[in-house]
Amino acid sequence: MAQIRIENVRKDFGSFNAVKSSTFTIEDGEFFMLLGPSGCGKTTTLRMMAGLELPTSGEIYIDGEEVGMKPASQRDIAFVFQMFALYPHMNVGKNISYPLRSQGMPSAQVKKKVGEIAEILGITDILNKPVGGLSGGDRQRVALGRAIVRDPKAFFMDEPLGALDAEFREHMSEELRALHDRMNATTVYVTHDQLEAMQMGDKIVVMNHGSVEQFGVPQDIYDWPATKFVAQFIGSPSMNFLDFNGMIGKGGNEVSLNDVALNIPKSIDGANGALSFGVRPEHVRLDDAAAYRGRVKATEYLGTTQIVTLETANGDVKARVASSDAVNVGDQTGLSFDARTITLFDAETGQALRSQANEGVLNHG
Amino acid sequence: MAEVALTGISKSFGDEVVLDDVTMTIPDGAFVVLLGPTGAGKTTTLRMVSGLDKPDTGTITIGGRDVASYTPAQRDVAMVFQQYSLYPHLTVRQNLEFPLKSPILQTPQAEINQKVSAVAEVLQISHKLDNKATALSGGEMQRVSIGRALVRQPSVYLMDEPLSSLDAKLRSDLRIELKSIQADSGATMLYVTHDQTEAMTMATHVGVLDNGKLVQFGSPREIYEDPISIYAASRLGQPRINVLPSDVFGGAPNKATHIGLRPEQIKQGEGEDSFVQRVEHLGDQTRLHLSFKSHDLITVTDAHTDLKEGDIIQIRPDKPFFFDASGARIS
Repeated sequence: MAQIRIENVRKDFGSFNAVKSSTFTIEDGEFFMLLGPSGCGKTTTLRMMAGLELPTSGEIYIDGEEVGMKPASQRDIAFVFQMFALYPHMNVGKNISYPLRSQGMPSAQVKKKVGEIAEILGITDILNKPVGGLSGGDRQRVALGRAIVRDPKAFFMDEPLGALDAEFREHMSEELRALHDRMNATTVYVTHDQLEAMQMGDKIVVMNHGSVEQFGVPQDIYDWPATKFVAQFIGSPSMNFLDFNGMIGKGGNEVSLNDVALNIPKSIDGANGALSFGVRPEHVRLDDAAAYRGRVKATEYLGTTQIVTLETANGDVKARVASSDAVNVGDQTGLSFDARTITLFDAETGQALRSQANEGVLNHG
Repeated sequence: MAEVALTGISKSFGDEVVLDDVTMTIPDGAFVVLLGPTGAGKTTTLRMVSGLDKPDTGTITIGGRDVASYTPAQRDVAMVFQQYSLYPHLTVRQNLEFPLKSPILQTPQAEINQKVSAVAEVLQISHKLDNKATALSGGEMQRVSIGRALVRQPSVYLMDEPLSSLDAKLRSDLRIELKSIQADSGATMLYVTHDQTEAMTMATHVGVLDNGKLVQFGSPREIYEDPISIYAASRLGQPRINVLPSDVFGGAPNKATHIGLRPEQIKQGEGEDSFVQRVEHLGDQTRLHLSFKSHDLITVTDAHTDLKEGDIIQIRPDKPFFFDASGARIS
């Protein structure tokens, strides 16, 4: 088991810069998510950690040892790909034991080890079956078994659930997380699915255009995004941005949107010009008495809750409210915002302004 | 713009019954989502309507006309497949123009240009219009193949998981766009997906398929709040409905063997003790994995709850669903 440290790692493919100087640390035993849209550099980062790509510059440490230029075979990690490849002519047991037999482990020991792994994964009863007739879930378990059996220092997974249908993905993600909790192995997991990242990860790195946008525990990143990109990428529906021209002084706790004063956490940075007032949909309340006004454009039913889209002077705002609330398209209503949860962004750079509420999270990353 | 009616449709491939006496009326202008796991018969239903497959028995009408003898082209439907199929030697623009250039349509070039650029904008591929189709990423190719259906104005759109290969962000943008395109054009939509958020937010009606049978057809709200069976109840709702033996809480009606509890049907802080096994912070909410009398249960609580693994929390059912041994709802 291992701690993995990435320091100023950069990767260029010809003139294309895939990963800009990135730095973060994965602690021993963590379930760590690399999250971002396609093309953001998350898979390239993982492949450099695994030794499948060489970094253009920077260092990669596994347990304190610099491995940036070491081949994959000497790093002692196990890689689980999106398309799990099994040996079709071997049965389940042979597939799992292959890495051990190729290392020359005595067969009695191999047998014992495979038995243990099969127990953990709940596939003892299919060890003698050919892999051809297996269900998707069992194939996935066999692929995992082959990765686990070597007792590697870390597991790297590149969208291992991406090809599965929604229902089964949900099931396997719980199973993977439970497996991790039993074995406590350092796991690095690449995904573009923010919900998967929130659900499974101890920590998340959010990447965009080759840069690390934010790094931290899921709830902190959700509550206090460092950039508009993160605020938009995490959460569904994403954070609302009410764009306005205005100012906030150092120590101020109020901004004026469309002549309505709105409270915000006490600001540490001062700013003047194009700003964005960021508020999550669940922190918007429909409140007839509120001075800030909007008109209901659409409602989307989601079971327990509904998403109400409102047109306002500063752009569309989505509110998450109970589906039992009667809301009709065309209604005029007031909107109030939970002042404790607001983040202000510089609309041009997309960076969050520091306040007393988000300071701790932003300084730590 | 047409009503689509399926009456008594059955289809077998060899010994395997894929569709079993499916009867369903898709009202003119409706957005119908078919839900069900792999193998339930969703795609086969689409292929029947498109004319790519023929039913063994039963009739299909589009706009009141029996289409049994119509070729796919004559049915005036536009289909988007899960696996994108583009002309690799053509540019994105040429791919999008292709359906409009058909000799039957005779669309003037100015109108073609206007339609292509409008569709490209909605699908966020305007900057790629002059790229070769093969020089695109998978998600971009999929958007072009959706675009090729949208430039036409067919009476029925048939879409088979069109968004499944896209990024989450793009998927949620396109969900809203597809829905508004469909609503504005007034075309009827039959849509297959695994993704229940798509079903909930886009559909006017949901058809739940189970092993080739249509088991429930209604609005998303009807299926969520008034499911006819455990199976139908499990199709919608995240986290999924909890199904436990009916006697663990007491108070179950006669004949009930299972109790179904969605998160909002579990009152917290009253009732009997349960053990917190895992706490998942999802941002807007927190999921609690509970153990209650050795049964697993998932419910939802405040985003900033203080509950931790190992805590005890009281729970009791609140207006739960009850099901009999066959899985059918009894109250």
